[in-house]
Amino acid sequence: MKRLVKSLAMATALTASFATFSQAEEPKKGGTLITVLGSNVRNLNSAVQSGIVTGFPGAQLFASPLRYDENWDPQPYLAKSWDISDDGLTVTLNLVDNAKFHDGTPLTSEDVAFSVEVIKANHPFKSMFAPVESVDTPDAHTAVLNLSKPHPALMLAMSGQLMSIIPKHIYGDGEITDVKTHARNNENVVGSGPFKLTEFKNGEHVILERFDDFFIEGRPYLDKVVMRIITDPAARAIAYENGELHMGAFESLPRIINRLKKVDSLTVTPDGYGAIGPIDWLAMNTTKGPLADVRVRKAIAYAVDKNFIHKALMQGTANDSTSGIHPDSPFYVAQEGYDVDLEKSAALLDEAGFPVKDGSRMSLTIDFGWPGVKPQVEYVKAALKKVDIDVEVRASADFPTWAKKMGTMDFDMSWDTVFNWGDPVIGVHRTYDSTNIAKGVWSNTQGYSNARVDELMAMAAVEGDDAKRKALYAEFQQIIADELPVYHTNTLPYHTVYNDKVGNPPLGIWGTSTPIDMTYLKE
Amino acid sequence: MAILQTFLMRAVYAVILLMAVLVLNFSMMHLAPGDVADTISQSMGGADQEILDQIRADYGLDQPFIVQLGRYMGNVLRFDLGYSFFYNTPVTELILQRLPATLLLVFTAQILALLIGVLLGVISARKPNGIMSHFVTILALFGYSAPVFWTGILLLIGFSLKIQIFPVAGMQDVTIDGGFWVHLVDIARHLVLPVITLGSIFLALYSRLARATMMEVLGSDYVRTAKAKGLTEREVVYKHALKNSLSPVITLAGLQFSAVISGAVLVEAVFSWPGLGTLAFQSIIARDTPTILGILFFSALVVIVGNLLTDLALRLVDPRVRGKG
Repeated sequence: MKRLVKSLAMATALTASFATFSQAEEPKKGGTLITVLGSNVRNLNSAVQSGIVTGFPGAQLFASPLRYDENWDPQPYLAKSWDISDDGLTVTLNLVDNAKFHDGTPLTSEDVAFSVEVIKANHPFKSMFAPVESVDTPDAHTAVLNLSKPHPALMLAMSGQLMSIIPKHIYGDGEITDVKTHARNNENVVGSGPFKLTEFKNGEHVILERFDDFFIEGRPYLDKVVMRIITDPAARAIAYENGELHMGAFESLPRIINRLKKVDSLTVTPDGYGAIGPIDWLAMNTTKGPLADVRVRKAIAYAVDKNFIHKALMQGTANDSTSGIHPDSPFYVAQEGYDVDLEKSAALLDEAGFPVKDGSRMSLTIDFGWPGVKPQVEYVKAALKKVDIDVEVRASADFPTWAKKMGTMDFDMSWDTVFNWGDPVIGVHRTYDSTNIAKGVWSNTQGYSNARVDELMAMAAVEGDDAKRKALYAEFQQIIADELPVYHTNTLPYHTVYNDKVGNPPLGIWGTSTPIDMTYLKE
Repeated sequence: MAILQTFLMRAVYAVILLMAVLVLNFSMMHLAPGDVADTISQSMGGADQEILDQIRADYGLDQPFIVQLGRYMGNVLRFDLGYSFFYNTPVTELILQRLPATLLLVFTAQILALLIGVLLGVISARKPNGIMSHFVTILALFGYSAPVFWTGILLLIGFSLKIQIFPVAGMQDVTIDGGFWVHLVDIARHLVLPVITLGSIFLALYSRLARATMMEVLGSDYVRTAKAKGLTEREVVYKHALKNSLSPVITLAGLQFSAVISGAVLVEAVFSWPGLGTLAFQSIIARDTPTILGILFFSALVVIVGNLLTDLALRLVDPRVRGKG
C-alpha cells in the first residue's frame, strides 16, 4: 500500500490555485526583471555549490523534483507525483515526460540518478542524501531512490536549490568529484529550469533569458532576468528607491529596511525566509571555564535583554527566536524565554561558585566574525558588566580568522548566525550533535554533548510520522533552551524589497531559492 | 647606449622585484589564520568536514608550506598564474576581465585631476590671497580629508536619488540596445560619479602641489628676467614658469599611478564598479591566494611601467634629468 500518492490532477489543481491566490489580476507576459545579488557569485551550479547567492540563479537554471507551497506542503515540479513506501526505504519519483534541458536534450531518470551521485559527492550538506544508497531507473521517467533508513528530511532536500537536476551528458564527462570545478559551472551552463544563461560576468551581472521549451506550459512569464551584482547595501537601497532595481532579497540592515519601508513605491517584507531559516545566537563554549557550568550560561541569558536587541539594535526588523529552529518552520515550538532578571542572574552566579571579588566575578571573551554584529557583541559586554562579568571583545580581521577560532573552539562566547536550510536534519542537527564537535565553522562549535539530545535527533531523523516527529523536536527544543549551548536571540532580519511593477514576487518558504517562473512585470 | 643600459638594468631589477613580491606575499598569506576552504564554506552556508578536507586536498592546501610555494613559483616561471580557488577560473582571465574597468576609471580620474589640478594650482598661485586661492585650499582640504565612501554615497544620494541623472552602480546598463555610440554614452554616464569621487583625492594632491611649486618658481630670478624682458604675464606663467614647476607634479602623478589598484578599491566598492580593486579586496577576504598574487603581480608590473613612463616624461620636461642618463 502506498502511504502518500499524489494524483497528477490534484497536484495540477493545487499548483494552479497557489499560483493565483496572491493576486487577482492576470499575469502579464514579457519584460526584463532587474534584480540584484548582494555578493559575487562563486559558481552557478547549485548541485555542487550551496548558499543564498548561488541559490537565486541556480534555481532559475536548474529544476528540482519538488517545490513547496506557503504551508510547507510539497508540490510537483520535475516530479509530477511521488510515492514513499510503507517502510520509508524507497522513494519513487515519477518525472514529467516533457522536461528538456536548455540544449534540447530530454531530461530522464538517468540525469536524476547522476545528480544524486554528484550532490552526494560534492554538496556541502552531506546529511541531505547520506541515507540514499542507490537510485534505480526502471524507465526514462521513473527514478527510485533506495534508502538505508527512513529519511523524511529528503522531501525538503528535493526542493528549492538543494536538489538541482543537472544533465549527465554535460557534467558527466569526468570524475564525479570533479564536477565542482567543471568548466561549465560558470559558462554555457545547461539545466532544465525556466531560464537559461545568457551571460555571467564575474563581479558584474548574471543575465538569464526565458527558456521557451520549459516543461510547464506558458511559463515563465518574464523574457529576461538581469541579476546585477551590487555588494554595497547603501547603493542597493538607492537603486531600489530610484527604480533601477525592481526587486532584491536578503537585505539585512535594520536602518536600510526601515528607510525603504517608508518609500511609497516599495514593498518590504520579511516573508520568504522560513526554509532558509537564518537565526542569530550567542554561542557559548560549553567545554571550558565558567561556561561549562549551565548555571553560568543561564545567568548570562538572564542578564542579556533580548528586548533591547529586538527593539534597539534590530529596530523592530527581527523576530524573537528561542529554540534553534526558525520560528517559521512547522517544527518550531516557542520556548519560555529568559526575561531579564539581574537578581536571579547574580544568584545563579553565586550558586555556581563565582562570587564578586574586587568588583568582578570572572573574565570572558566574546568574538564576532563580521562587522554587522559588532553592536550585539558590544551590548553583551555592557549587559554582563551589570552582573560583574568582565567581557573582552575580540575582533577578527576577517571571516577566515574568526572561522578558525570557532572551528578549533578557541573562544568563550561568540555571536553567530546559522541557517536551518529546510529540514532540521540538514541545518539544525549540526550545531548540537555530539559527533560533530569542532569540525569547522558551523559545526557543533560549542562542544555541546547530551545523550538524550543525540537520541532525539537520531529518532527524529528517521521518524516518518509527522506528528511524532514534531513531538521529538519539541522535546529537543525544550532541552536546548534549558541547557543553553547557545542563547537564541533573534531571527536574522532578512527582507525582500520589490517595487509596484513586480507581480507575484518569490515569497514562498524558499524565497529566491525557487524558480521565479510565476513572477511577472505589471507594465 | 647609456639609456639602453639603464633600462636593461631596470628590467633585471624588475624581475627580481616581481619574484620578491610574490614570495613575500605568498608567505604572508600563509601566515594569516584560516584558508580558502573556510570562505568557500561560508559562501555555501557551512560545509561538512569531509568536504572541507576534500577542498584542501584538491587545492594542495594540505601540503607543507615550502611545497606549496615551490609549486606556485614553478608555475609563475612558466607564465602560469594558476586557477582562482574561489572562482575556479584562470587567474589571468579573471584579471584581464577586470583590468579594463579599473584602468578606465583610474586613468580618467588621474588625467582630469592632473589637468584641472594644475590649472587651479596655477590660478591660485598667481593671486595667493585671492578668493580662488582660498577656494583651492578648501577644495584640497576637503578632497584630502573626506573619506571616499562618504563622498561617494553623498554623490549617489544627490545625483542618483534626489536628482536622478546618474546611475547608482555598475559600468553599463545591460538592458540598453544600441550601437557603439549608445554604449559609449552609457558607460560615460556610469563613469561620472566614480571619477568625481576618485578624482577629488588626486585633485587635492595636484592642486596643492602645483600651487606650492608655482609660487616658488614665480619668485625666482629667471621669472623676474622674463618679466623684465617685457613678456606678458600670461606668457611668463604658462610658457616659462609652468614648465619648470611641472616636474614635482609629474613625479607625484607617477607615484599615484602606481596606486592604481589600492586607490580604486573603495570607489569601486561604493559604485559596484567591476574592476580589479573589488576583486583584490574580495580575494583577500576570501583567502584566494592565486588571485591575490596574480593581482599583486599585475600591480607590480604597473608600478614598474609607471615609473619608467614617469622617467621618460621627466626627461621631456626637464633637461637636467636627461643629462644624468
